[in-house]
Amino acid sequence: MIEQNLVKVGMADLNIATDGAVLRTTGLGSCVGLTLYDPVSKVAGMAHVMLPSSEIARESAINVAKYADTAIPELIGRMKDAGANMRRAIAKMAGGAQMFAFSGQSDSMRIGPRNVESCLHMLAKNMITVIAQDVGGNYGRTIEIDSSTGILLIKSVQLGTKEI
Amino acid sequence: MSLFSRFEAFELDVLKEVGNIGAGNAATALSRLLDKPVDMAVPKVSLLPFEEVAERVGGSEQVVIAVFLRVEGEAPGNMFFIIQEQSAKSLLNQLLSLRPEEIEEGYSEMEMSALCEIGNILAGSYLSSLADFTHLTMAPSVPSVALDMAGAILSYGLVQYGEMGDSALLIETTFLEDRQELEGHFFLIPDPESFNKIFKALGVTAE
Repeated sequence: MIEQNLVKVGMADLNIATDGAVLRTTGLGSCVGLTLYDPVSKVAGMAHVMLPSSEIARESAINVAKYADTAIPELIGRMKDAGANMRRAIAKMAGGAQMFAFSGQSDSMRIGPRNVESCLHMLAKNMITVIAQDVGGNYGRTIEIDSSTGILLIKSVQLGTKEI
Repeated sequence: MSLFSRFEAFELDVLKEVGNIGAGNAATALSRLLDKPVDMAVPKVSLLPFEEVAERVGGSEQVVIAVFLRVEGEAPGNMFFIIQEQSAKSLLNQLLSLRPEEIEEGYSEMEMSALCEIGNILAGSYLSSLADFTHLTMAPSVPSVALDMAGAILSYGLVQYGEMGDSALLIETTFLEDRQELEGHFFLIPDPESFNKIFKALGVTAE
């Protein structure tokens, strides 16, 4: 087996990969793992988005990778710098689960679906098509995108492994 | 994170004591349930980057069983009782007399419900002792149980911190049953706004 170069993306973090490297983020719960891929230049990008919008930020220096509305433009910029043509880019995403269900939920507890909505909105704004997604549910996911194929591998405890 | 970097060593000690009292009562409750001695480690109070929170229970992808309660009231926060699968089996074995070989891969609804109830009893005694001690109302929500990756579970309790930084302050206590077959972790993650209320209630003046 060929050892592939693995790039880890942490929580509220983003990164890009080229030359067949693999991007990986673990333990997505209500967070969304958003990936962008240009199939021609084979540049892949991944963001582990934690919150829907930077409008609610109360921190002085914003971590752009944390919020859907800031992470997506940043990721697009980084991929362009690496030689990607974003008009060809396609998006796949996973996560946005509702880990625990409660009645009478406050808005902050519905964070998963809100993260997904916000990512979709930002992608539409940047005219990037979402070709596949595996979102929602009540389980955690670990995802990997291979920059040589653009295949997104999704692992979960209950449902095993699948590819989209 | 500016809000917490100004915490004095003394204030962290106060939070440790909060963990000590709460978990001490929970350990007593567990000891009664099991009819066995249960030991408790000295509580840790740490300001951890999000990435490292899950490392405390074996890493982001480690499969754990977690009981989650949202704490409502004057000092809101999130509470997790986390155990590894092996400990969960040992608990079920000791409390329900299910022998390990009878428990196949995975858990039945009944077993998950039993684990949820155990977590509820323990978290309830943790919180009620804390409420008595601080005279603050702390009402746990209905508990919810999940078997999943630690990262996915714990990130759920960090959302309130996400708005203001990349780390969370948590009060952690580990306890061990006599022969170390059973290990459990309590994480109390008070909402950022709750700290001042806790300090005030205990007569420690925060700025």
